[in-house]
Amino acid sequence: MTPRKRLMGVGAAVLAGSLVLSACGGGGEDPAEGDSEAIITVGSGEPQNPLIPAMTNEVFGGLVVRNIFAGLVYYDENGAVQNEIAESIESEDNVTWTITIEDGWTFTDGTPVTAESFVKAWDWSAQLDNATNLSYFYEPFVGFSFEENTSLIDEGGLEVVSDTEFTATLKQPESDFPVRLGYAAFFPLPEAFYEDPEAFGENPVSNGPYTLTEWEHDSAITVEPNPDYAGDRVPQNGGVEFVAYTDEDSAYNDLLANNLDIVTNVPASAFSTFEEELGDRAVNQPAAVTQVINVPEYVEDFQGEAGVLRRKAISMAIDREGITSTVYDGARTPASDFTNPVINGWSDDIPGSEVLEYNPEEAAALWQEAEEMDPLGDDYTLFIASNADSDHQSWIDPACNTIREALEIECEFDQYPVFDEFLEARDAREIKGLFRGGWQADYPAMSNFLGPIYGTGAGSNDMDYSSEEFDAKMAEGNAAETPEEATELYKEAQEILFQDMPGIPLWYYNVTAGYAETVDNVAFGWDSDPILTEVTKSE
Amino acid sequence: MLWYIGRRLLQVIPVFLGATLLIYGMVFLRPGDPVAALGGERGLPEAVQDQIREQFHLNDPFFVQYLYFLKGIFTFDLGPDFSGRPVAETIANAFPVTFQLALMALAIETIFGIGFGLIAGMRKGKFFDSTVLVWTLLLIAVPTFVLGFVAQIVFGVQLGWFPVTAGRDPDFESLLMPAMVLAGTSMAYILRLTRTSVAENLTADHVRTARAKGLSRSQVTNRHVLRNSLIPVVTFIGADLGNLMAGSIVTEGIFNINGVGGTLFESIIRGENVTVVAIATILVLVYIAANLLVDLLYAVLDPRIRYA
Repeated sequence: MTPRKRLMGVGAAVLAGSLVLSACGGGGEDPAEGDSEAIITVGSGEPQNPLIPAMTNEVFGGLVVRNIFAGLVYYDENGAVQNEIAESIESEDNVTWTITIEDGWTFTDGTPVTAESFVKAWDWSAQLDNATNLSYFYEPFVGFSFEENTSLIDEGGLEVVSDTEFTATLKQPESDFPVRLGYAAFFPLPEAFYEDPEAFGENPVSNGPYTLTEWEHDSAITVEPNPDYAGDRVPQNGGVEFVAYTDEDSAYNDLLANNLDIVTNVPASAFSTFEEELGDRAVNQPAAVTQVINVPEYVEDFQGEAGVLRRKAISMAIDREGITSTVYDGARTPASDFTNPVINGWSDDIPGSEVLEYNPEEAAALWQEAEEMDPLGDDYTLFIASNADSDHQSWIDPACNTIREALEIECEFDQYPVFDEFLEARDAREIKGLFRGGWQADYPAMSNFLGPIYGTGAGSNDMDYSSEEFDAKMAEGNAAETPEEATELYKEAQEILFQDMPGIPLWYYNVTAGYAETVDNVAFGWDSDPILTEVTKSE
Repeated sequence: MLWYIGRRLLQVIPVFLGATLLIYGMVFLRPGDPVAALGGERGLPEAVQDQIREQFHLNDPFFVQYLYFLKGIFTFDLGPDFSGRPVAETIANAFPVTFQLALMALAIETIFGIGFGLIAGMRKGKFFDSTVLVWTLLLIAVPTFVLGFVAQIVFGVQLGWFPVTAGRDPDFESLLMPAMVLAGTSMAYILRLTRTSVAENLTADHVRTARAKGLSRSQVTNRHVLRNSLIPVVTFIGADLGNLMAGSIVTEGIFNINGVGGTLFESIIRGENVTVVAIATILVLVYIAANLLVDLLYAVLDPRIRYA
């Protein structure tokens, strides 16, 4: 199995939560009274980074870190933001935020969690010299720099007011700032961390629902309930064992044999059978991941007015419905916007979104129109680039087939053997056609699917797309007073994207997971992670 | 004899240097940038990437990097990998279980391969022989991963005779099914080699002479037929030990055994060059040792072979 390198995130997922609930309630029986001593086993993998919150940018380490640490806020089963250590997070102008925290929280080594625990941790993680994987999360803070080593405290981005209060100052208004604070980058760290970060990464001192008991490399990580935990996510079981699997198929087979309680990823080979095999213990709900084909602005074929017509023609030539049902057996949902259905305020009828519907006649007409303006010729070959070390051929080939049929051009999968080779070409702007893109939300806000990808000069804007109109709309949304108002503005920003088509949204990923007969109360959050504290074991 | 062993051991030095240089070169030439991939789709900030490259000497020319690697080997300190974990620890974790698995597979394929091969060879053309030939053909034709999955689902999930996966701290019982799957193809080859060799030797002059002398059937079989027939088989088994250790990626993956195969695969994907080269080097040394052992065994099996 290729190690999954998707980035994780946090956020609001009302839709996801309701689906999970129906999955659990399907049996119509009362959840069995659990054994509070029982250890829950979860199929996972060896974390790629030390267990330091700001270092964990991949799923395996992220799942552990989120269960052993507590932040200012957390995301509940329905994906809503709930205060955990925070008492209040307030701002008048969306720029300067005053954060007060509850008294009485401690780390597992007995030291108290104070305002300084947060401020120092964020400052350390944001410093360039410490090269943390999540450093981009601190980019909005005053004083943050990717060029030189700076301290957010010295530059005025963070300030401790008292033991229970601190302020954060941002470079510009960010209305969704409180939503971000449940992310691992914003967890507090104890004093012990700074003495020896390396040892800490192996055996962290934490403040969350669980605390680490053992990390046996390449085979398992065990955590047990933290008796000093002072929040709402109180574990209903005797601990969790994250079992490392190198192959999803073997984890799934272990689940079938009741040797494993929860799998977070059903292997593709079982997509067509798992719902039958697991019955109401199968989980298939939207995840906060959206797959896109990106259009590089530097490729001449897609520039200008003719270019935009071609983008729309290609979009309408792809049979999303067909591919998601035949290739993925329903484990993907055709996209109807640039964001994701797990996000609050999501809607599928944004003006312009009709270009995402399969319409070969219209597609052919648009392509013809573009040909009249700026001919590419009949023997034109469209390239769709991706890495070949994970399974992308299975959707690119059928997508190419429908494009070939509708537009009467050639279409080919432009393969890069390994992921980092693909990244290198992407970052060097050397891709000769369209390329695969995917986005997993970091926090549950619509803006997270838009700004970081389509904003001018944004970190993940690998297309070099630039639209003043779009940037202005996003800035307006970020400065909005209420979340509802912001959502409306973000939707208007999407209308601009539908005109320009810097990317062609394909489909939303689903969480395809399952659990064994041995456990109850298993729900998956908006971020595709099981909510482990709630799980009970009936044995 | 000792002189011979000494000479062979001296040969290890150039082979070791050549192999590490070659493997390091190949890994180095692999396109792509592992540091860029550390941040997933989003990628890490350029400044952070630069810092990591600096830390791992990735900006230095090829030979400087290679010398750093050699220094690491000879000072027994290969340094950390990208995740900050010592490379030596990763390797030390991976080898014991793979070694155990390989030895178990080796024992299974040797015992059953030679045993059935001998019987089949003695009864060439009879019912037992034909049946065994069909079975070995099947074993050779079916890829290991198919065999592994079928065994896992039938014997593990459905019948529950064996543990589905080996899990942490695998014991003899949980490694039994993986070892049998791993041994499958090689056992078929050993069986066929032994069978052909035995059948051939049965008609050899010295065997006829031995029979004419009035030796008992078992004495003829054990001392004159089997021993002589084993030379090609031993050659195969010797080479196979290396194969079993390096080639168990598929089996280890299916049965979730945290051994060399999985570690090597993950390291290649993650661009952990030092880990890849170190593991490959150890495997080269295992091959060399196994080959030396085979060469020495020749002398035991066939008194006409002498080393000086």
